[in-house]
Amino acid sequence: MSEIRFTDQHEWVRVEGDTATIGITDYAQEQLGDVVYVELPEVGKTVAAGDEAAVVESVKAASEVYAPVSGEVVEVNADLEGQPGGVNEDAMGRGWFVKLKLADKNEFAKLMDEDAYKAFVEGLA
Amino acid sequence: MSAMNNQGRPTGTGSATSSSAIQTYTGNRGLRLEEPLIFELDNPGACGVDLDEPEDFTPRLGTLERKARIGLPGVSEPDVMRHFVRLSRKNYSIDAGLYPLGSCTMKHNPRLNEKMARLAGFGDVHPLQPQKTVQGALELMDTLAHWLKELTGMPAVALSPKAGAHGELCGMMAIRAALVARSEAGTRTRILVPESAHGTNPATAALLNYKVDAIPATAEGRVDLAAFKAKLGPDVAAIMLTNPNTCGLFERDIIDIADAVHAAGAYFYCDGANFNAIVGRVRPGDLGIDAMHINLHKTFSTPHGGGGPGAGPVVLSAALAPFAPLPYVVHGADGYSLVETKGEAKADGTAPFGRMVAFHGQMGMFVRAMAYMMSHGSDGLRQVAEDAVLNANYVLASLKDDLSAPFEGPCMHEALFDDRFLKGTGVETLDFAKAMIDEGYHPMTMYFPLVVHGALLIEPTETESKKTLDQFIGTLKHLAKAAKGNDKALFTGAPHFAPRHRLDETLAARNPVLRWAPAVPKQAAE
Amino acid sequence: MRYLPLTETDRRDMLGVIGAKSVDDLFVDVPARARRSGLVDLPKRKGELDVERALSAMAAKNVSAGSVPFFVGAGAYRHHVPSTVDHLIQRSEFLTSYTPYQPEITQGTLQYLFEFQTQVAMLTGMDVANASMYDGSTACGEAVLMAHRVTKRNKAVLSGTLHPHYRAVVENISEVGGYEVEALGATVSGATEDIITRIGDDTSCVVVQSPSFFGDLIDLRAIADAAHAKGALLIAVVTEIVSLGLVTPPGDMGADIVVGEGQSIGNGLNFGGPYVGLFATKTKYIRQMPGRLCGETVDAAGERGFVLTLSTREQHIRREKATSNICTNSGLCCLAFTIHLSLLGEDGFRRLARINHANAVKLADALSGVKGVDVLSKTFFNEFTIRLPRAASGIVDALVGKNVIAGLPASRLIPDDASVENLLIVASTEINTDDDRAAFVAALKEVL
Repeated sequence: MSEIRFTDQHEWVRVEGDTATIGITDYAQEQLGDVVYVELPEVGKTVAAGDEAAVVESVKAASEVYAPVSGEVVEVNADLEGQPGGVNEDAMGRGWFVKLKLADKNEFAKLMDEDAYKAFVEGLA
Repeated sequence: MSAMNNQGRPTGTGSATSSSAIQTYTGNRGLRLEEPLIFELDNPGACGVDLDEPEDFTPRLGTLERKARIGLPGVSEPDVMRHFVRLSRKNYSIDAGLYPLGSCTMKHNPRLNEKMARLAGFGDVHPLQPQKTVQGALELMDTLAHWLKELTGMPAVALSPKAGAHGELCGMMAIRAALVARSEAGTRTRILVPESAHGTNPATAALLNYKVDAIPATAEGRVDLAAFKAKLGPDVAAIMLTNPNTCGLFERDIIDIADAVHAAGAYFYCDGANFNAIVGRVRPGDLGIDAMHINLHKTFSTPHGGGGPGAGPVVLSAALAPFAPLPYVVHGADGYSLVETKGEAKADGTAPFGRMVAFHGQMGMFVRAMAYMMSHGSDGLRQVAEDAVLNANYVLASLKDDLSAPFEGPCMHEALFDDRFLKGTGVETLDFAKAMIDEGYHPMTMYFPLVVHGALLIEPTETESKKTLDQFIGTLKHLAKAAKGNDKALFTGAPHFAPRHRLDETLAARNPVLRWAPAVPKQAAE
Repeated sequence: MRYLPLTETDRRDMLGVIGAKSVDDLFVDVPARARRSGLVDLPKRKGELDVERALSAMAAKNVSAGSVPFFVGAGAYRHHVPSTVDHLIQRSEFLTSYTPYQPEITQGTLQYLFEFQTQVAMLTGMDVANASMYDGSTACGEAVLMAHRVTKRNKAVLSGTLHPHYRAVVENISEVGGYEVEALGATVSGATEDIITRIGDDTSCVVVQSPSFFGDLIDLRAIADAAHAKGALLIAVVTEIVSLGLVTPPGDMGADIVVGEGQSIGNGLNFGGPYVGLFATKTKYIRQMPGRLCGETVDAAGERGFVLTLSTREQHIRREKATSNICTNSGLCCLAFTIHLSLLGEDGFRRLARINHANAVKLADALSGVKGVDVLSKTFFNEFTIRLPRAASGIVDALVGKNVIAGLPASRLIPDDASVENLLIVASTEINTDDDRAAFVAALKEVL
């Protein structure tokens, strides 16, 4: 049973057991345009919530992706190195960035749920 | 995640297809010529120079002789000439037409300047030959320094920076050195930079490990004085402010800003990229500025050369003058000489922060700028600023009802528009700009400054005639009308008539091909 | 004024359209006390003839390198530049074009930058090169900062035979950025510098120049191996790029970044600038490179074309997180380089390098026959160091009186070091004739 939450910086995080998978939202990929490069952290690195976890580049922008929750990096999506377009094609699925071993489930609970994020994005238009 | 630059330009290639149904054998279209890479013109055995093999001698290369082929192509002189002439014809240039790039000051480049820079006494002297053999070169540097100091009302100038951003770095290093001398370098760690600044400003501050703190703009496109004052504090090292600013407006509160900066114990760095608007009419020294770079390739008309070389001398206030970098020119009983080392500087009573560059700076650009300044003189330079500002205001006044202007005039040397006039047309700023190419113009600066949505920044400069401006204004009115009249295809497929249609920047960035390489034979023939 | 097209009538008409009474109305935002009513205290306008006279008089006070036997190098070299080069770079479409931000109408600039990048990569033996830096010294400073980004360390070790100006530039940028520099003292030609033992676990990069400031060729292989063993990068510096027509390129000796001064090809001496900085590296580091990069792509109709690419590294997008603050490059100097190297081609470039080397060998042999002169350099390309019986600066001054500009006294750039006081660094390129060399030797005998 997985659960998904969102940040106001347009990251999503899905938790299964104590593993948190992190990516950027569909709204974010659309705003960025064609993603041309993704810089991923090293496995084993520990990040705190709000730290820079990855960098995503389009032709016109480079943005830091912040970790929505704290934890240790256990896996990165190596497919994105050769196929950064995966972020545009399936941001919420195979366009994921990193998997963390979740340090504190309470951080996750504080994030927006899907409805709250949807309302948040509508408010930006 | 951090800012996504959702106001940045779109990067699609548009909807163009080949503009002509007629396919030629060569791919050429009359005078629109295709040209392969120089490597593809390789004709082994051909050579564009005649050099004789040296007589036999014993090399002194030890074990370090290069044996393998480098891979350079062999091409004769006529073929090299033709290759580069054909390439040149794919370029737009200020000599061929109006080049209204805001913030870039694309003005006429007099050829007298080129001729003077090529005099053997300037072009064919070595930076390290004995100083008594280069007295004229040092005199030229000293004369240029004098003109820059008079025009800016500042007591000192560092000539060596190689370009505007390099000048910024120099000015900020001088500020840091002054803070070190005050023992405050460790505590003053923050730099205030307006949101509308050129990207080089925050990038420069970061090179010096400063924290960059953005100052918001008012609805009138200027620094928010109250917000700025609230950000001042004992940890602020300097403010970096462009004036006239990147919206083409003079910062009305600049003297108040300078006073507040100095009262807080900080320094005032001014980005002088837009000095062309005020040269001869306003002296930065009278505004309380401590350091300002001058892009000789903008205000003083040294050619842009496809992206360089430039030159970025920095004028300095009395507070910063002692920290100016090595080298500098002094004039004594024996004539001119260069102060090149910290030891010589100490004897001269100064404390240079170090050295920006090998040798003494962009001499070739100094000569060109000097020829330009002498041609104009004090009266001509003042007229430069007046005509530059007049031309920009004429464009603003003539187009404000057809395009949309975010700020009230008068503007300085450039006129800023936004994309409200395109709302609902399906045409974006980028499309509008690309359609200008079909009309024979280089587009204006787009999507900068970032404080305005879909910005279009037009800097006509003083070297355009009224007739040229009228034609340009007429073209923009026509295009604005076409956009509003739902003639979308005119824009989204543009340019139709350039050497290339829109280029695929995504492909270039995802699969970087940064050099030519010989084709790999598919399979060696059996 | 001849550069200003507006007439008084135009100005009046335009003010009418704007709705302003006078041009002063357009400057209302300038605080009153900063508005100048009169002219600044400088001479008034001049016609072409007068400007030519004034500047020609200044130029005439200099001794141009082509007017005497001339042997100064030390990072800037006098070579013959074919006439085609200067003609082509003065074409309006190259000279008066801006940075190629609109690729559809700047394919000329973009294509030559792509050709330039390829040529630089070939010469240095590296994978890729950028579209140029300001000059060799600033390229060297940028290379050190890049090595810090790649290795996530912050200490550079500089060879003592790196050009002293390059060293000063690296020290300056490192000091303000909070990075450490260990610069070795000068090792005079003939001795071997022990740089390998200075490489530690905290070393980000080792910076070594070959041919060195003193002209010596340095074998980089062992240094590269030692650096890599400690996880550091080797930055190789080449200030005389013509050497790469004859000398093993740094890329073949394990360099990770190669920077250089490209002035020798296509560009004149110009009293020190403008020059063209070369910057090449390995493919795996391209996203850490500073400066503009030109890349190949296709247009909407599928035709090959070129664009500036990977620009998210740069200041106009990344602002304070950019790899460098650089904006301007040396565009037109790159063009001169590219045209000259195209004329030379493989055969011409290699022959040019052999002529340079042969001329330097001839001069070294001739000077070694002068009593009191020691040629210190054992292996070299077109520049070498000699020891004179007394201070080199005084001898060089005396030789100016004999109409010979003999070389660079090492003490001018390395002050306060008695060990270099008598050293003279001498360069000989293809421009020097047998008569030039004979004049140098004869004059030197007279002043010693």
